[in-house]
Order: sequence, then C-alpha cells, then structure tokens
Amino acid sequence: MAYLSPMISIALTFMIAALVVTAMGKDPVKVLSLFTLEPVKDKRAIGEVMLKATPLMLCSLGLAFCFRSNVWNIGAEGQFLLGAIGAGGMAMWLTEAGMTRPGWLWVSLALLLGAIAGACWAGITAWFRDKAHANEILVSLMLVYVANLLLSYLVFGPWKDPKGWNFPQTLRFADSLSIGRLGPGMRVHWGFVLALISAGVMVWLMYFTTLGARLRVGGLAPDAARFAGFSARESLWTVLLCSGAFAGLAGAMEVLGPMGQLTPHVSTGYGFTAIIVAFIARLHPLACVLASFLLSMLMIGGELAQSRVGLSASVSSMFQGVLLMMLLIVDSFIHYRLAWRKHAGKDAAQHA
Amino acid sequence: MPEILRLRLQGVSKSYGSLRANDKIDLDIKPGSIHAVLGENGAGKSTLMKLIFGLLQPDEGDMFLDGIPIRWQSPEQARAYGIAMVFQHFALFESLSVAENVWLGMAKHWTLAAVSTALETLAHQYGLAVDPNALVHRLSVGERQRVEIARGLLARPRVMILDEPTSVLSPQAAKALFAMLRTLASEGCSVIYISHKLHEIRELCDDCTVLRQGRVTGRVDPRRCNDEQLSALMIGGAPPPLVRAKRDSAAALFAVDALSVPAIDEASERLNAVSFELMPGEILGIAGVSGNGQGLLLDMLAGEPSDDSRLMRRVAGHIRFQGRAIETLGVRSRRRLGIIAVPAERLGRATVPELSLADNMFLSDESDAWQLDHRKLRDAAQAVIADFSVKAPGPEALASDLSGGNLQKFIMGRALRSAPKVLLVSQPTWGVDVGASAQIRQQLLALRDAGAAILVISEELDELFQIADRFHVMYAGHLSAPILREDATLELIGQWMGGSWLLAQQAPSVAGAARRVHH
Repeated sequence: MAYLSPMISIALTFMIAALVVTAMGKDPVKVLSLFTLEPVKDKRAIGEVMLKATPLMLCSLGLAFCFRSNVWNIGAEGQFLLGAIGAGGMAMWLTEAGMTRPGWLWVSLALLLGAIAGACWAGITAWFRDKAHANEILVSLMLVYVANLLLSYLVFGPWKDPKGWNFPQTLRFADSLSIGRLGPGMRVHWGFVLALISAGVMVWLMYFTTLGARLRVGGLAPDAARFAGFSARESLWTVLLCSGAFAGLAGAMEVLGPMGQLTPHVSTGYGFTAIIVAFIARLHPLACVLASFLLSMLMIGGELAQSRVGLSASVSSMFQGVLLMMLLIVDSFIHYRLAWRKHAGKDAAQHA
Repeated sequence: MPEILRLRLQGVSKSYGSLRANDKIDLDIKPGSIHAVLGENGAGKSTLMKLIFGLLQPDEGDMFLDGIPIRWQSPEQARAYGIAMVFQHFALFESLSVAENVWLGMAKHWTLAAVSTALETLAHQYGLAVDPNALVHRLSVGERQRVEIARGLLARPRVMILDEPTSVLSPQAAKALFAMLRTLASEGCSVIYISHKLHEIRELCDDCTVLRQGRVTGRVDPRRCNDEQLSALMIGGAPPPLVRAKRDSAAALFAVDALSVPAIDEASERLNAVSFELMPGEILGIAGVSGNGQGLLLDMLAGEPSDDSRLMRRVAGHIRFQGRAIETLGVRSRRRLGIIAVPAERLGRATVPELSLADNMFLSDESDAWQLDHRKLRDAAQAVIADFSVKAPGPEALASDLSGGNLQKFIMGRALRSAPKVLLVSQPTWGVDVGASAQIRQQLLALRDAGAAILVISEELDELFQIADRFHVMYAGHLSAPILREDATLELIGQWMGGSWLLAQQAPSVAGAARRVHH
C-alpha cells in the first residue's frame, strides 16, 4: 500500500487539477495534455524535462537522506543558491581574469566549490542545532531568505556586470566554463548523468554501508541508536553537510549549465519542489529519480499552460501543493481507519 | 438453581491464517471471583482477552455476560457493558497529563476537574498514588501502570482484566493492589488476572484456567496446587531448576565511585553519590521501584549520554573497569572492553521494531568496517535464534513480530554472544513467560559462573532473591548499602524500597527531596 499511495495521489491530483481548470473556463483535456504529453513529445522537450529534473534529483537525494535520519532540512533552496553563488562567483572571476582553459578542470573545481558552499550553508543549520538545540526546520528555512538576499546583494551590487546596461546580473561566463551538453538540440548537460550517478551513490550509501545503517537506526528509533552508541551529533552533521553539498552542486550546475551567468532568479524553487519529490519517492533514492521527472514535467507543464492557454503561473505551484496534500491525505487513510462514532458508548450504556 | 456466571465462553475459537490462536476455549468466570488465566507467551491468552474486550471477534463459539449472549463490535461497546482492561503495554499519550489521559477515555459528561478529583479519591482508596497533573512522559513504567489501573477502575467495571499488573510494583504496592482487587471482587466485580507468577496466583486467585498452545489444559483451584502442578499444566513439564554456585571473592572488576548526576528538573531522575563494586563471578542486584534513578544509572554505566556534553558537564564521580576510569568512554568503546548493557525497553531501544533481527544484530556490531556485511549479520542472527531457542521464523523476521519473551531471548542472546566481562541488565524477565524466564536466569547464572560480573536492575524481588548474590536498593537517586542475599528478607527489602534506610540515616533536607521524587 505504501508504494501505491504515490500513484493514487497523482491520480487524485490530476482529477482535482481537471476540476480547477474546468472551473477556470479552460479545456481540461488540453491543459492536462500540456502537463503530460507535451513535455515528452520530442527530443528537445524531453531534454527540457531532463534538464529540470537534474537539480530536483540532486536536491531530493540529499533531502531524502536527511529526512530518513529525522533531520528536517527544508532549506535546500538556500543551499542551492549558495552553490550557485560559489560556482558563479568563481566562473565570473575566472572569466574576468581570462583563466578559462582547460575548461573541464575549472568547471570541475567550480562545481566542487558550489558543493562546498552548499554544505557550509547547511553546516550553519547543523551548528545551531548542535550547539544551541535550535530547531533545524526554522533555521534552515530562514537561511533561504538570507541566501536570497545575499544573491540579490551580489548581483545588484559588487558583482553586477559593468557592461550589462545596469541589469542585476553578472557578466556572461566564458563559453569554455560551461558544462557540456549531452547532445545537439538539447539543453540538458552532463550534470544529468552526474545526478544519476549520485542516485546510485546514495543507494550504496544508504543500503550497503555501515554509515547508512547507523543513520537508518537513528531515524527509526533514536533511543536504539543511543543504545548502540551511534552518535546523534555525527548523524546530524553527516546528513546536513551531505544534503547541503548535493543542493549546492545542483545550484552550481544550474549557473554553469543553462544560465551561463548569475541573476537573482537562478532558482525557480527547485529546493522547495525537491521536498515534494523526496516525499513522493518515499525517501528512496531510486524513486527520487522517477519523481524528479514527474515534478519536472509539472513545472514545464505549468510554463506551457501559462504561454499557451494563459493560465496563471501559480496554477502549477498549486498543483504541486495539491500533490503533496494528496500524498499526506492518502497516507493518513492508509495508516488509519475512518470510524464513525454516534454516541455508541452512551446508547449501549442505556441498554445495559 | 445454578448460579448465573458473570462471564461464560463456550467453544470460542480464533485463527490467524493457519495459526489457531484459540481452539474451542471454555471459560467460566463467577461473579466476584478473581480468576487467573495462566499460560506461556503464545499460549493464546492475549487473543482470548482481546475477544473478551471486543478488540477481536471470535470465528466460532459463544460468549455470555451475566447469561446474556454478547458479540462485541468494538472495545467501546465492551467497555460500555462494564468490561475494563489494563494492558501490559500502555496506551498513554506521552505529552498529556495523567488526568487528561484518563479523561480522553471517559464518557462525555466527565469534566477534567472531576477526573482529577476521582483520581485523587482512587489514590486514597487503593493506594494508587499518581499526581493527576504530572505529564505522562515524566512517569516511570510503574507509575504509568498505576494510571492504566486507575483508568480501568474509574469505569466501575463488572469484569476487570489485568495483564501482568504486578511486574512493576514493589511487594508492598503489589500487596496493596491485591487488597484493592479483593475489595473490588467483594463488591461483586469479577477479576481476570493474567500473570506468570505462580505464587501470586496462588495468593490472590480463587480460580484458574490454564492455556497451552491455544487450548485449555486445565481448570484448577490455584490455592490447592503447587508450582510444579501449575507449571506442568502450563508448559507440559517442570521448568529446569536453577543451579547456583558459590562465588569466589576477588578484586572488583567494575566499580562506581560516588557517581552523581543532578536532576534537570523535579520530575527527572538523578543520582546522588552512587557507589558500588561488582566482583567477577557475582550477580549484584539493584532493587527498587522504577523511576528512582535506575534508568539513569544504566544509561551512565552503559555510556549512552557520553555524546551529550550538556549532561556530561554536570556528572561527578567515576566509573572504573579493571581499575581504569572509563566514565568518558562512549558506548562502543565500553562494548569493546566487554561491558555490555541490556536495557529494559526491548522495542525502540534494545531493538528497532521496524527492522529485521539480522539488521538488529547491527546494533551491537563492534566492527568499524565501512561496508555493511549483510551475510555476517544474517548468520549472527541465525546463530542467536538457534542457540537461544528463539521462536522466530528466521533472521528476516521483524523485531516487532516477536513476542516479548522471544524478543528478550534474542536480545539476551545477542548480548551473550559478545562474551561480556561485565553485563548490565535491566528488567531481564519483565513480562516474559516462565519457560523463557527460567532460561534467561539460567544463562545469567552460567555467565556468572564463567567469571563475568553481572548487574541486574529489577523490580521483581523474587527474581533478585533467586539469582543475585548481593543487593543494593535504589531510592530517590540514592543507593543503599549492600546486603547479602542470605541476610535479606522480602520484608526488609520491601521497606528499603520505600526509602526507610535513607530517611533514617540522612538529614531532613534529603528526606524532603526524596519525598518529592517519590510522588
């Protein structure tokens, strides 16, 4: 049943989506086809789905790792932005300095820097939770806003391209400082392959290493982890740094891949959407891959619905929200039974 | 004219798949009688009680309450007709207060204040002292059970079912409970009393139905039976006798020297200059009503809080193993030295309920390898299952699927497998059937005879008298002087469990603190 519930939730979401769209006076069949068929109609479209699935995959892998250990990092968005700032800042500096060859080396280093920046940002959350017993949900969420403002400050201020007609963006990075594309006619880059490999690494880490087993015990039964002598502090730092690095890597790929420069709008909410991905995937790394495609299609469908039939952009966010709600609702019905009480106790007592 | 029975079961059967948990059970409970239902784990007692309490519906057979046929649709219905049940595993909301917990299960016309008053009245009437305003997560196991019993009593039941109620009570409290049950019975309420403790059943009950493998194997008057006869009905043979050996004196292997941990707040446990020595080849018992610091003591000895710098900063005193101070070492370092702990909480602490037995072997795995060796864990679990006669389908069975006794056999087996030099056990046979208890106690004795030092924290005085060479009694975070088993009597230890030694020897300020912790 636990594996069926994402399917039921998806079906219910589409039903509700159809009702909402009809109520808005649009043709539900047409709109739904924008979310389902249109994103996979040709090679270019599929490439777009893969492109958007890449950051979702990376962020959700890290989040699944955290959530399994009962560490509720919901600030992947902020860690993503820091990764983008780290890698983007480095690429900008290299372009200005003219150090653009060999491209593969600098790109690798920039990706690494992005991952480190993301991990450090998540490390702030870990530090507050460890030293001050602060709630990691609040800290990680609030750090998203800090990261957003930091990015804005940089691109509106010191990092603004002097030749950019005062637009809030950095200069365009040198062509050699971008991640290679997977094929002609597609914007998806090698980062996609790296994300798939990361999913494999996460499977190995979670199910075939003692570290994964310790974290699993800690997530299922904290007292048992204490009894076994597995340090809760170690787990906290491990999962937060790891998930921060994944999100940071995703952010770095976004600026070195499709963007090619830093702007205030690096992310379209990948870090938050990844939370839904992780839950739909039941926190399983391989399922995260599949769920990333699904949410990527939803994001693209939302854009298409906006341009083709004039639906508001928020409709797609609403569908994401409905999907998560449905998942939680379906889960509740799977775990609990609905019972109707009509003062049964009182009636029986009167008969007695 | 024959007397109408309070509760009558005729040919009641219940199957789970191919397993016949109850096979044509007949049960006759007279009004005002205290009726024991005796049987090993897996004998079908729980299933039978669930049928009576409406949690399950029988496949066949008839049930009558006061001569009227009954067929419950739900426990609410059973409750409304005056059947109350106190479960062995408590159903309490940790974050709510005692009164709120009780209130939740009551009929709508009760107010919270009325529940509090009623609880206080019960506390007076039956000696079930619980503070209605205390939060449940602060309560010890023993106190939680009192809440459950009080909750059952508030419903003014016609039939009250108690599942192993005394396992967490001091002898005096158990006596008070018995007196209360007798009062209840004299008022006409029938009591169904499930227990493994034969002497209790003989002392308390006037009737007894014995189950084995889902069938009734006997209906006896327990007051006229001895242990052997009851055991024979229950397990089809007498349990193996315990063999004790003389202990030799030597230097302490494990010692605790003035260990103090102040309480964080009034409700939490504390340790007050606790000192004791553990010799090789001896079993040292720590008696006491739970909630008096035993949990914290075991935590500290096992090294669990070593990760918690805020707690560790407040700790004073030393723990020594072979003369070396080890209080700063973590659980795994101590385990490598041969110091193994077995906590009282079997599910959620000693094991992870959702994981298989094989995966649960990982909790006590000492290796530092990166790679998880599934085969090694599987083989180890298989060996424990075979060597300690754990009734489990195999290493892939989930920990939560095992009965309490079998899970405890598995946990003890896992601990013994690492050949401990010092074994720290809490409540080794709590809720475990006679056969498994005897086996576990025999293993402890065998380990003792092999030269290991064993600390047994238990609320069951019978158990301590059976296996321990010396005792201490714990009260309000203080540890009494040691007493040899030969010098101890049940009455004396019972008094000590109430803190008499402490009040006599300490200043009034300590006595005040002790009283506070006690309530």
